[in-house]
Amino acid sequence: MSANDRIAELVKANNIVLFMKGTALFPQCGFSSRAIAILDRLGATYETVDVLQDPEIRAGIKEFSDWPTVPQLYVKGEFVGGSDIMMEMFESGELEELLQAA
Amino acid sequence: MPMAASEIERLIKDAIPDAQVTIRDLAGDGDHYAARVVSAGFAGMSRIKQHQTVYAALGGRVGGELHALQLETAVPQSENI
Repeated sequence: MSANDRIAELVKANNIVLFMKGTALFPQCGFSSRAIAILDRLGATYETVDVLQDPEIRAGIKEFSDWPTVPQLYVKGEFVGGSDIMMEMFESGELEELLQAA
Repeated sequence: MPMAASEIERLIKDAIPDAQVTIRDLAGDGDHYAARVVSAGFAGMSRIKQHQTVYAALGGRVGGELHALQLETAVPQSENI
């Protein structure tokens, strides 16, 4: 399966999935850490994919989303954004609404 | 290799001429920046599209040469919404 297909599967199989560096317990980057903190704060149930453990996905996710950095959040198959957009949407309450509907 | 804040600002303004660009060097190391970009051109674009427009202006440097760019985008009129 190509990286693209694997990512499409992950996004389809998980209502809320965060592509990140490291794990929820041990994020390996400040931006990924911030994304996890936001999801935890909202009490979300989510899956994570550690791109550091998977070079193919690490390279592929950038093309898949047309987005140059990690973390990247997908909710119900839709790309939501990176940690800056997550923070803006957290502050405005939009992210909570989106996650509750997921 | 670190990038100068002035270079980031120049690249963004080259691509988005009306942009008001504010850049902060977060760690003082020329490698971790926060940029706020305000442009009327962002009107009607999703947040994702606004950020993609700025990333495109920076021509593939984000995530590579420019490791950390905390980005905030806005439309002038929507400042207080």
